[in-house]
Amino acid sequence: MAKNKGFNIRRQTGFTTIALVCFGMLYLPIVLLVTYSFNSGTSIAIWEGFSWRWYQSAWANEQVQEATVRSLVLAFWASLTATTCAVLAALATTRTRKFKGQSAVFAMINQPLMVPEIVTAVALLILFAMIKVATGYSGLLYLVVAHSAFCIPFAYLPIRARLQGMDLSLEQAAADLYATPFQVFRRVTLPQLWPGILAGAMLAFVISLDDVVITEFVKSAGQDTLPTYMLGQLRRVITPEVNAISTVLVAISVTMVVAFTLLSKIKN
Amino acid sequence: MADLSHKAAKRASRVRWMLLAPALFILVIAASGPLLITLVYSFLTAGDYGGVEWGFSADAWFNVFMQRDIFDDTLSLSDAHLSIFWRSVKLSLITTLVCIFFGFPTAYFIATRRKEHRDLWMLLIMIPFWTNLVIRTFAIVELIRNEGTVNTILMSLGMIDEPLQILYTEFSIALGMVYVYLPLMVLPLYASMERLDFSLVEAGYDLYATRMKVLRRVIFPLVKPGVIAGSILVFVPSLGAYVTPRVMGGGNHLMIGNLIELQFGQGRNWPLGAALSITLLAIVMVALMAYVRAVGNEEVKHG
Repeated sequence: MAKNKGFNIRRQTGFTTIALVCFGMLYLPIVLLVTYSFNSGTSIAIWEGFSWRWYQSAWANEQVQEATVRSLVLAFWASLTATTCAVLAALATTRTRKFKGQSAVFAMINQPLMVPEIVTAVALLILFAMIKVATGYSGLLYLVVAHSAFCIPFAYLPIRARLQGMDLSLEQAAADLYATPFQVFRRVTLPQLWPGILAGAMLAFVISLDDVVITEFVKSAGQDTLPTYMLGQLRRVITPEVNAISTVLVAISVTMVVAFTLLSKIKN
Repeated sequence: MADLSHKAAKRASRVRWMLLAPALFILVIAASGPLLITLVYSFLTAGDYGGVEWGFSADAWFNVFMQRDIFDDTLSLSDAHLSIFWRSVKLSLITTLVCIFFGFPTAYFIATRRKEHRDLWMLLIMIPFWTNLVIRTFAIVELIRNEGTVNTILMSLGMIDEPLQILYTEFSIALGMVYVYLPLMVLPLYASMERLDFSLVEAGYDLYATRMKVLRRVIFPLVKPGVIAGSILVFVPSLGAYVTPRVMGGGNHLMIGNLIELQFGQGRNWPLGAALSITLLAIVMVALMAYVRAVGNEEVKHG
């Protein structure tokens, strides 16, 4: 039977159909969402013609403007902090012998990946409520710290992967030629490491931009980010304005994921 | 000489901890530290208007599973909480199984494409995964709500007279979670299927196995670690889901995440909320330990 001409050992009955249904299922809602953002009517289910009006109205909406700026500022600081911490941590934990406390360090770095978001969100609410009462400060710093923490593992993983794949002999050669440890890092390690750093930073940026649960619990009044603003909007009558905002965010995600994929392909 | 290498080792260790310090500092403030405080809060007395009073009380933990009758003071299991826990576990298991049903053939499909095309197919899986959770939830709500696309089409075709109530049911929560978490199933499945050795599959056919038998006895055992990893990646966030049941359950079908939020909002019972979230964490840890054990066994077997 297996020797029959044309018998494909890789084929499994029905798998291709299910896979294509699966891709269709993943994209149908997103395609509809994007389509209706261009609807000239107020419905998100009945098509009335093409227009840019919802993009214009989203652009003119002050709450949306504020939330957008806040989201971007937050994602910038959180990804910068998380990436810096992650680079240092990756240098300390890669290519060394097993050290005392290593598993505890890994457990701490990976904690945001394992603990359900709602648990972290509530825990941060409790801690920050205490600090807010004690200090009276209720600015953006709480969100920056919270976002930095859960972005660290996402920045750490690609950087560590890159570092592990790097050739040690170049660094040893530099050290043999009397370069100081900092010079070795600056001139040899860093130039090879940058695609990993950039990939990690982008991942952290997107993760921060997407977060809704932790932000919802940590934010003070009037500190909506785009996702929490949209979550609030879902309770009301929805107009295609929400679709327009979503479409822009989807476009950003697509750009980022393509860039991320290309970056992780750069060879050492 | 021995003294010198000892000094060098000591110096290396100091440098290591200095490099780790910034990351650990932030993680202590905003990850592990708050968890410990939550644990402490679960043993405090609830304040009248939210917050806590600083006195020891085991009430919160008692209230996680039990309730006291307000008239005759008798104790009974808390039906309301237990049914929410049960719903969370049930919907998470259903979500995981449906994700396996769709994710397994999808990962297999991608892994059997030509090498140059695989990354492109995986990109198609990654894009929804990188898209905002609220947006994806909103996209699926638009599809199934009463005035949504599905109902509009069915009504204009005259197949139904009034809209089908799909949204705000347990079905819609499960549907939403499958939609949102499916990429998390495909990723690890693909990773293990890509390395699948098809000469073993061929050997199976040479020994007159049917396609079904090859799938069950050859392919499935080889990619089992991927199935387990994917199941954990889907089950854990499903169990703690907050956004999907909030948007798609319509307030009537709470899951643990929403029950926890309730204690910090209208419920104003912070210690109970803390105890509930530690309970959720404990369930997740049990699932993760079962995972570590299952993967460990697999590695021993295949050595």
